[in-house]
Amino acid sequence: MIRFILLQNRQGKTRLAKYYIPLEDSEKHKVEYEVHRLVVNRDPKHTNFVEFRTHKVIYRRYAGLFFSMCVDITDNELAYLECIHLFVEILDHFFSNVCELDLVFNFHKVYLILDEFILAGEIQETSKRAIIERMGELEKQE
Amino acid sequence: MAATAASSSSPSLIDTLFQRSLDDVIRVLRSSSSAALEAAAIARALDEIRREIRSPDLDTKAVALQKLTYLASLHHFDMSWAAFHALELLPSTSLPHPRAAYLAASVSFHPSSTDLLPLATHQLRKHLAPSPSNSPALAAPALHLLALASSPDLAGHLAPDLLPILSSQSSSNPLRPKAVATALRALAVCPDTAPVLFKPLVECLSLSSDPRAVSAAIGAFCELALAASDPSPYIPLAPEFYRLLVDSRNNWVTIKVLKIFARLAPLEPRVAARIVDPVCQLLRRSTAKSLVFECIRTVFSSLLDHDAAVRLAVDKTKEFVASDDDPNLRYLGLQALTMLGPAHSWAVEDSREVVIQSLNDTDTSIRREALRLEMGMLSDSNVVDICNMLIKYAIKSDPEFANEILDAVLATCGRNVYELIVDFDWYVSLLGEMVRNPHFAKGDEIERQLVDVGLRVRDARPELIRVARNLLIDPALLGNPFLCRVLSAAAWVSGEYVEFSRNPLELVEALLQPRTNLLPPFVRAVYVQAVFKILAYSFISFIKQIQAGELLEIGNSFIQRGGKQEGSDLVAAKSSSDQNNAFAIGDGVATDDKAILFDSIEKQETFKHESISCLLNLIETVVGPLSECGEVEVQERARNVLGLILIIRETQFWNIEEGHELTRDDKITKMVELMESAFSEELGPVSTNAQKRVSVPEALILNENLSDLLDILGDDDINPCASVSFSFRNHHSTETNQDSATAIEPNSFLAEHRKRHGLYYLHMDKDKSESNDYPCANEPLLPVSHGEDTEDIVKLPAQSLIPEKAKPTKPRPLVIRLDEGDGVSSSNLTTAKESKGDLLSGAIRDVLLRNEKKPSLTHKTSLDRTSQRRENGASENSELISQQKESNSFGDREHGNSSSRKGRHHHKERIESSGQNRDNEEKSHRHSTKSSRHHRRHKHRQRGDAPLDIAPQSPVIQDFLL
Repeated sequence: MIRFILLQNRQGKTRLAKYYIPLEDSEKHKVEYEVHRLVVNRDPKHTNFVEFRTHKVIYRRYAGLFFSMCVDITDNELAYLECIHLFVEILDHFFSNVCELDLVFNFHKVYLILDEFILAGEIQETSKRAIIERMGELEKQE
Repeated sequence: MAATAASSSSPSLIDTLFQRSLDDVIRVLRSSSSAALEAAAIARALDEIRREIRSPDLDTKAVALQKLTYLASLHHFDMSWAAFHALELLPSTSLPHPRAAYLAASVSFHPSSTDLLPLATHQLRKHLAPSPSNSPALAAPALHLLALASSPDLAGHLAPDLLPILSSQSSSNPLRPKAVATALRALAVCPDTAPVLFKPLVECLSLSSDPRAVSAAIGAFCELALAASDPSPYIPLAPEFYRLLVDSRNNWVTIKVLKIFARLAPLEPRVAARIVDPVCQLLRRSTAKSLVFECIRTVFSSLLDHDAAVRLAVDKTKEFVASDDDPNLRYLGLQALTMLGPAHSWAVEDSREVVIQSLNDTDTSIRREALRLEMGMLSDSNVVDICNMLIKYAIKSDPEFANEILDAVLATCGRNVYELIVDFDWYVSLLGEMVRNPHFAKGDEIERQLVDVGLRVRDARPELIRVARNLLIDPALLGNPFLCRVLSAAAWVSGEYVEFSRNPLELVEALLQPRTNLLPPFVRAVYVQAVFKILAYSFISFIKQIQAGELLEIGNSFIQRGGKQEGSDLVAAKSSSDQNNAFAIGDGVATDDKAILFDSIEKQETFKHESISCLLNLIETVVGPLSECGEVEVQERARNVLGLILIIRETQFWNIEEGHELTRDDKITKMVELMESAFSEELGPVSTNAQKRVSVPEALILNENLSDLLDILGDDDINPCASVSFSFRNHHSTETNQDSATAIEPNSFLAEHRKRHGLYYLHMDKDKSESNDYPCANEPLLPVSHGEDTEDIVKLPAQSLIPEKAKPTKPRPLVIRLDEGDGVSSSNLTTAKESKGDLLSGAIRDVLLRNEKKPSLTHKTSLDRTSQRRENGASENSELISQQKESNSFGDREHGNSSSRKGRHHHKERIESSGQNRDNEEKSHRHSTKSSRHHRRHKHRQRGDAPLDIAPQSPVIQDFLL
């Protein structure tokens, strides 16, 4: 299962953090710092997988943003890499040409999208269209 | 709720009117240039939030909560204090309010902040209930929150509310997959919910249901099967999984199914045989790399018996490894090869070059994987080549990776008491070589292994002392702080096994070289002790040499004179052998023996009078100053050495000429004997369980209470107290009491600890009064054994030690558990986890075995499907199998005889049959009465005709798949 998802920029500022396991605040801080340090200096030609404690982090960089997902050691790396890409596509579609600022100012909406996509560490929905439709409905209701 | 909020310091209307929105706060934060400004801005925002969140106006409250959520999630500010306010927003009819509340709750969930969640049980239930007025917009976050934060109790209470969503038939209910994920979490935290939740979960797998629900359900089963210590309860579901494996067009689902099968196949060979074909087909046809890789992984982990599949998978893996343009694939290829192990090293041969190159890759992930692969391939035949190669390679690589290599080599070679190593001389010199690595930082492990090899492998000692000598003698190594531990081991080796040394004097010089003052005191102490041992050894050898020399003269004369004057020689020889038992050469011993002895003496000709006296002088000059050393360990040992020198110098022999009637000096002989006996006993490795094997003295009564205390206290705490003198202890105990009062009391850990282990705490006031009584109770301070005294021991730690100890032992110092099964440190944890997993498996096994109807029904459909394909007589088969299954399931549980009753009273049977789970069952009583409705409907049909008297001995797993 997915342990947590982080969106960080190159400076290490966290733009989104979603934990599917209970962690203390200080521990979250440490985790974010460590993950950022792990991924930030990696070459684009490197693998998208890094070992992180007893788990592994699947990350992908889009412009200045790192999308990192911590999963179990036995999980399928490539599948989660696809998931990250799907998530980014959804964000891109929803915010039409997403940029970091969109995420900063619509932080609760990003959470909504994420919750449609992943629940309790399990991927819920692999269809981009379905999620975007659902988000449209929610927008209408609010 | 609103009333309470209003009564507390009411925020003014102004606050409400001019409340800053979340965007405002974000803007301010973004515009603050420095960290200090930002902190100030956050502090201000938090102040506002504290005020606003108490507002009776729900809009104000919601915005405040939103701001707080933002700060908490991105800046990690504690928001547990606002948990109640979040709950206040839940009942609001305006959609954004409860949504904000759910978001806040789900962001901040952790055990301490979810204490309040039970208060929201009713509200959660309302949001979960499927009614037209209720929008899924609220049910979704409710499910989410439940999944993240539910306690066992809450999960137990709300599990029935998940049922309507789980079993909803409308094909596009967006909540169903969410409910599946939530049900999975509920099962994980509260295994008692299995009777309620498991069946609907299984139903989600069926073809007819929503593909998203299928996907979610297979994900859930994958988690369950992977987390279970024993996945065998899931074997009855194999037909379902198989159907998905064959039919599903969704790669995500197929990957999950493969993961489940990888777990099940080793348990049940028929499952493995059945899935080989589909897996091979997927391997050949699929274009999705993720799926291909999953197939490879499945084959390598669980289908190694099937050669064709392995070959195919190896071919695919080679493609992965050879892909230059995609490092991800190369990484995964290496990972897959690692799974194969030494038995399949042929698979790696072709890719050998790539593997070696990968060691040189700039990407640490790939390098690490390549290293792991090399280590995985080690066997006793290739260990020398590969390790030599790696150690050479490590010299060139960067510091971090160099040490990773050393680490890997040390760990792999040292595994299972060096099971891979055949040639220990080589290994010992390899250890020595590792130390020469410029990036070397693995001192501790090498230290351990040097000593360990010395203790365990007798034959390696000569080589060991050679390596130790080379290390000790090199002045360049002394300044390196990473090496001091290794040097300490080398010094110890040089002292302990000095008899294998060619030149002990050289060792002493090395041990006393000037740069040794760079060493930390604890190493210095080892050095001095080694000098002590070598000195003693040299002196003994020297004396013996002289004595033997005298013997030699006698022997020579004996040989010269032949047998003629045997009588007088015998007397002379006898007189010498009387005095020196070690050299007791029997009177009539053949001259051959003597020749051997003389040979060996000639070899040790290194000890001369001058060299010994030179040695003594050297030691005196260097060790002398150390006797004033501030470090007690060093000082004490230095004084030992000096003492020995003093004794040696005092001996009479030192003053007379060499070789003068030495054998007659009684004092020296005695001294030599003494020294020999001091060091003669060989040190051996100590088993970690050694302490346990010491039997408890009969007189000692180990109170149960006391043994329980071990969980809380370190065992080292009880001893010092028993030995501390009386008055001191009195003082000590009161002191720690004060300490505990001042330092620990505020500590929340203690309170928590006290709550949990209240049994082991004294009452607070009693505590104080008793500390005064203590002296009297302890009056007889003799070595403790019986009744009252044991009680005292029990009291003692309770009174004086717990507060002190509470800090170090109780809270595990920040062990991160990214997962329940991290298995990091505390054994308590792992056992707790295991028992939980077992509980869940047990519960699921119960459910599955009792739900015969359901698996065999679905199983029938799958049977039909497969049998049509294979053109078999399906109906006969299925009947037979269902019978078999019936008997098996009962046989499993060893209730064959009573099973005829079971069919009628499903519920009763549950309680009867699950002896070990009875408690759980009773807890979940309430749920099961609800759910038994579902079960029973299915039950009745099957029971009547099943032959129930068959009770196979071993739990045979029925073949669903044929």
